[in-house]
Amino acid sequence: MRDHLGRPIVAVTGIGLVTPLGFGVAESWAGLLAGRSGISRITRFPTEHLRTTIAGQVVLPEEAGREPLSSPERVERMAALAAEEAVAEAGIGARANFPGPLFLGMPPVEVEWPSRLALARQGNGGEAGSYPALIAAATGQQALFESCLFGGVGERLAERFGTRGAPISLTTACATGASSIQLGVEAIQRGEAEAALCIGAEGSVQPEALIRFSLLSALSARNEDPTKASRPFEKSRDGFVMSEGAAALVLESLESARARGATVLGLVLGAGEKADSFHRTRSNPDGGAIIGAMRAAIADAGLEPGQIDYVNAHGTGTPENDKMETLGMRAVFGEASPPISSNKSMIGHTLSAAGAIEAAFSLLTIRDQRLPPTINHEVPDPAIPLDVVPNVARDAKVTQVLSNSFGFGGQNVCLVLGAAP
Amino acid sequence: MSQPVWITGIGLVTSLGEGLEANRPALSGGAPVLEEATFAPFPVHPLPPLNLDSQIPKKGDQRQMEPWQRLGTYAAGLAIESAAARDLVSDMHLVVAAGGGERDIGLDEAISAELARLPPEEAGPKLNERLAGGLRPTLFLAQLSNLLAGNISIVHGVTGSSRTFMGEESAAADAVRIAAARLAEGRGDIALAGGAYVAGRWDMLLLYAASGTLHRGPWARLAERGEAGLVMGSAACFLVLETESHARARGAAGLAKLAGIATGAARRRGTDSAAASATALAARLPIRPGAAVISGMSGAGAARAAEEEFLASLPGHGPVVRTAETLGHSVEAAFPTNLALAAASVQAGAPQALVTGFGVWRGEALALMEPI
Repeated sequence: MRDHLGRPIVAVTGIGLVTPLGFGVAESWAGLLAGRSGISRITRFPTEHLRTTIAGQVVLPEEAGREPLSSPERVERMAALAAEEAVAEAGIGARANFPGPLFLGMPPVEVEWPSRLALARQGNGGEAGSYPALIAAATGQQALFESCLFGGVGERLAERFGTRGAPISLTTACATGASSIQLGVEAIQRGEAEAALCIGAEGSVQPEALIRFSLLSALSARNEDPTKASRPFEKSRDGFVMSEGAAALVLESLESARARGATVLGLVLGAGEKADSFHRTRSNPDGGAIIGAMRAAIADAGLEPGQIDYVNAHGTGTPENDKMETLGMRAVFGEASPPISSNKSMIGHTLSAAGAIEAAFSLLTIRDQRLPPTINHEVPDPAIPLDVVPNVARDAKVTQVLSNSFGFGGQNVCLVLGAAP
Repeated sequence: MSQPVWITGIGLVTSLGEGLEANRPALSGGAPVLEEATFAPFPVHPLPPLNLDSQIPKKGDQRQMEPWQRLGTYAAGLAIESAAARDLVSDMHLVVAAGGGERDIGLDEAISAELARLPPEEAGPKLNERLAGGLRPTLFLAQLSNLLAGNISIVHGVTGSSRTFMGEESAAADAVRIAAARLAEGRGDIALAGGAYVAGRWDMLLLYAASGTLHRGPWARLAERGEAGLVMGSAACFLVLETESHARARGAAGLAKLAGIATGAARRRGTDSAAASATALAARLPIRPGAAVISGMSGAGAARAAEEEFLASLPGHGPVVRTAETLGHSVEAAFPTNLALAAASVQAGAPQALVTGFGVWRGEALALMEPI
C-alpha cells in the first residue's frame, strides 16, 4: 500500500468526462477509439470577422433556445457533470459529503461581454459604456459578483459535493488539469486526506477568448473542414483548435479504497513538473523543462523510461509544440520511443481541462488495452520520427502511461498512470 | 517527516512604500496614503513609485507585462534578494495567488458605448470586428493570470515548479499553506509564495462594486465605515519559505518561523459561519496567550462582524491591529502582506503573531508566526 518512496499509493476509483464527443465516459471514449472528430463550426456566437470559425463545443441541454451560458457558468456545469459521474462510480461518501478536498483546474473568469453590454444598455446619456456608468448599473448585483469571482465556481462545487476544507482553484495554463491531479495526489501522499476530488474544466469558447488566442497566432485557421483542422504531429499542422469540456477523477489512497471495497480503476504512480524560464509562449529550444518534467514524473513513479508503454501526448498541433514534444520524446526515450498519440486530434485543445481529460483517457487506455489514434495523419512530418498511432486505434499491452501537459508561461506537468494492482 | 519552516525573505510593496521598515506604521494604525480623485467615488491606496529596473532589468520584459504582473514580479524579486537566494532559484518552488490582469479599459468603454446602441443581431458581429482589430496581441499574455508566475520564472529564473492558485484571499493563504506543507514533508528546500493586487483598476472596481461592499466617499477609519466598508489597497508580497535545516546549512538568517497555517471555507449560513470556521482553525494552531493579532479585516460588513465575533471568543490574545486601516484591502496580496507584518511584529518582540484572513465573500485563514 506504499510506493517506492514510502508514500501511500494513490488509486483512481471514479472517472467522469464531458467532451465535444459526448457526455460521460462511455460516449467520449467510444468516440475517441472510433477516431471521430468533435470539432465543428462555431454556432454559439456570430463568427463574422474571425480568422478562426471552428472549435470543439459542448452544447449543454439547458442552453437550448436561450442565450449561451457565460464561461464561469459553463465551467461549473461541465465540472459538476463530470464530478457527478466520477463520484457515483466511486460510490464514495454520502450525498453531498465527499470525504476530502476539491482541486479545481479552471480558466480565469471575468465579467463577459453579454453582461458588460447589458450593464451598458442600462446607462444613459453620453457616459453610457464608461466604467463609472457600468459600475453604477452593476452595484449590488451580488449574482454577477459571485459568478465572476475566481473562487466562485470552486465554492459552489465544494458546496454541491460537500468536499472538505477550502476548495483550491488553480491555473497553470494548458497544464492546469494535470496540476489539479498532482495537488490531489500530493494531499493523499502527505496524509492530509484519504480522498480528493480533482477536476479540470474549460468553457472558454467565446468571442474574446477565441480572438485572444487567434491574435497569438496559436489557432488553426483551417476552417473549411472542421474535422480535419486538428492535425497534431502532421506535416501541415497550423495550430490548435480551441475546445472545452471537463474531467473529474476521484483519487483515494489505495489502502482506503481497498478498505471500503471500492473498485480500483487504476493508479496515479507519479507526477513531475519543471518550469521553463525561456519565453512566455515558447519552450527553451534545448527542451530542458519539458524533458525535466517527463523524467521527473517517471522517476517519481519509481520507473525507468523503458517501462513506459505509451505516451498520451500534449500534442496540440501547433508547429512549435509538436516539434518540442518530439525532442523531449527522443531525449527521454532515445531510439526506442513508445507509441504516442494526441487526443487533441479529435477533441481539440480543452486548455484547462486537457490534463485531466487526457489523464482520464490514459486510464481508459490501460483498462481496455487499446491505444486511441492521432487522426488527420495524412502526411507524416519527417522531423517527427515517432509512432503516433496514425488514424486508427489499435490494441497494445499497456501497463504504464505517461501523460504530458505543457503550458504557456513555461508550466510543464507530466503524470504517470498505471494499471490497478 | 515534518520540518520547521522559516521565512527567510520578504518582498513587500504597499502604498506606504517598499520593505518592512516603510510598512511598520501599518502595525500601529498609521496614516494611509490615498488616491481619492481618480476612481471617485471610490478611494484607493495607490502604488508607490517603483524602481522597476532594479528587479526587472530588461525593458522588453517590463513591456511584456501590465502593471499587476510587473508589481508581482517586482515584489518576488525583492523577496529573493532579501533571502540572498539568487543562486537557489533553479530549485525554488513557486506558488502564486493570482487574480485577473488588466483589461484594455479604453477599448472596453469604446466598444460598450458603441454596441449598447445596436440591436443584438448587429452587436455580435461588431464585437468580433472591434475586438479583432482593437486588442493588442500582446495584451493576452500581459494580463493572463498564470503569467505572473511565468514572468517570475522568466525574469528571476525560478523554475523548481510553478503553480497558480485562483480564489481571491483564500488563494493566497492556500498558496502559502501548500508551499509550506511541501517543504515540511521534504519536497524541496525553498519556495516562493505570494500575490499582488493593483487597487486603481476600473475593471476590478466593477467586480467589487457588484458585491455592494465598496466604501464610497472620503476615506474613513474602519470603525466609522458602514456595511459597505471595503477600500481597495495596492500591495504585493512574496515570501521566501525555507526549511530550517536548509537555511541553517547555508547560513541564512531566518526572519520568523511559520508555526502553523490553516484554511477553511464556511458556507456562511446558519451554524456554518465564518466565525465558527475560524474558531475551528484556531484549535489547530499552537496559539498561546498574548499572541499579537495581525488582522486582515477587509472592511466588508458581514466578514467584519464574523471576525469580531471570532476575536471576542479567542481567549487571552494580545493587541489587535487591523492593517487594512492603513493599507486598504489587497485581496490576493492581503494574507501574505499580513504574514510579512507578523514577521515584523515578532521581530519587534511579540511572543507570537496570529494572522487572520476573512475573505470578502468566502474563505477563512489563520497563520501563526513565531520568532526564530
